[in-house]
Amino acid sequence: MNGIHDMGGMHGFGRVEREPEEPVFHAEWEGRVLGVSRACSAQKIFNIDESRHAIERMPPEDYLASSYYERHLDRNVRLLVEKGVITREELERRMAVLAQGRDPAPSHEDPSLIARMLRALTARPSYRQPGPPPHFSPGDHVITRRDAPRGHTRLPRYARGKHGLIHRVHGCYIFPDANAHGEGEQSHPLYSIRFEAVELWGVSAEQRACVHLDLWERYLEAAPPAPTPGRSQT
Amino acid sequence: MSGNHDHEGHDHHHREPESVLSLRVRALESLLVEKKLVSSDAVDRIVSAYEQDIGPHHGAKVVARAWVDPAYKERLLADGSAAIEELGFGGVDLKVVENTPQVHNLVTCTLCSCYPHSLIGLPPTWYKSFEYRSRAVIEPRVVLREFGVDVPETIDIRVWDSSAEMRYLVLPQRPPGTEGMSETELAQLVTRDAMIGVALVQRTSGTPARPERAAL
Repeated sequence: MNGIHDMGGMHGFGRVEREPEEPVFHAEWEGRVLGVSRACSAQKIFNIDESRHAIERMPPEDYLASSYYERHLDRNVRLLVEKGVITREELERRMAVLAQGRDPAPSHEDPSLIARMLRALTARPSYRQPGPPPHFSPGDHVITRRDAPRGHTRLPRYARGKHGLIHRVHGCYIFPDANAHGEGEQSHPLYSIRFEAVELWGVSAEQRACVHLDLWERYLEAAPPAPTPGRSQT
Repeated sequence: MSGNHDHEGHDHHHREPESVLSLRVRALESLLVEKKLVSSDAVDRIVSAYEQDIGPHHGAKVVARAWVDPAYKERLLADGSAAIEELGFGGVDLKVVENTPQVHNLVTCTLCSCYPHSLIGLPPTWYKSFEYRSRAVIEPRVVLREFGVDVPETIDIRVWDSSAEMRYLVLPQRPPGTEGMSETELAQLVTRDAMIGVALVQRTSGTPARPERAAL
């Protein structure tokens, strides 16, 4: 979708401000949001692509007004409601009860959940899966799709309809555009693709710069090599 | 840890007061505990893993090993995930990109905030900021100059926009004058920012990669 989250190349946000000696979390609730999110993933309540798409579906004015962990909280509530795990009324009621100082939830222990959550910090992720052989090889020229899908995609707007060079074949990985919409874990070839800055930004491009993106084969078409002098360095 | 910081930058302005946010977060956790989907000690474990264990010092060990062991460096560049497992790290599908006298690499994620958490900890707020996400791909040299890194136009800049499940780590250049240093001493020079590509490693590092423990 052409969402507010798709920020690559936008102007107007200003300097990158850094915080010296930044703590891991700025408030206790941020860590709780992270932990609950990881638990929901470990319980397979939502997958990473549904999770990203839920954040993208925030109204743009809310997205811009929210911090990172607020967006993650919004995502957790949105998906848990959509999947029928909780209701918004239930959440409001629980807030009211907690505000009076008591937590009615009986304590619950789940060592296997802890083990799975900790394993995710050390084990290799499982996004890479067997799939069809790749159509492209390193050195092949491609053009990215020009359409504007309404659903989830990992092809940013700034790189649509652009000419690039296959740098590396990563293997087959779960296709987010389908997995975000309950269409299952379809595995498709994924590539690292090099785009020259001048191809992406025209005369505004910095010299001797390029951007690499990891893009699925479904986003790509074969292209003739280097159609303009600006791209001849590839 | 106090929630009462005075933050600069819009990423810390909230739509709701902290007290309401905090209450909503507690209410959500309470409901999920009641439904036996989450346990609070599991949340505690994840929080403490990121606050006390995982951090840039892990990535720094990988970098230092690559500097002192050319065979390891070759394996690291060929298959980052397997090479970090040799040192006991993991949890990530990792690609390592090497800075050289001709090439400077910079890592970003324009669509969200993808980052190699399990190797170098949670990202700093600036990495997740709209400013960095919007600008790193279109004006990397200007952004780098703001970070105090001047990359002349005789050097190629490669920006890695983490658009899939691959995570990127920059292998910085080993600073000159460190020939006599041990692997452990070298690791202490390597900063988080150098592994993202917004800093160079200095012979005497001002900011250790190891997280500050004083606040814990």
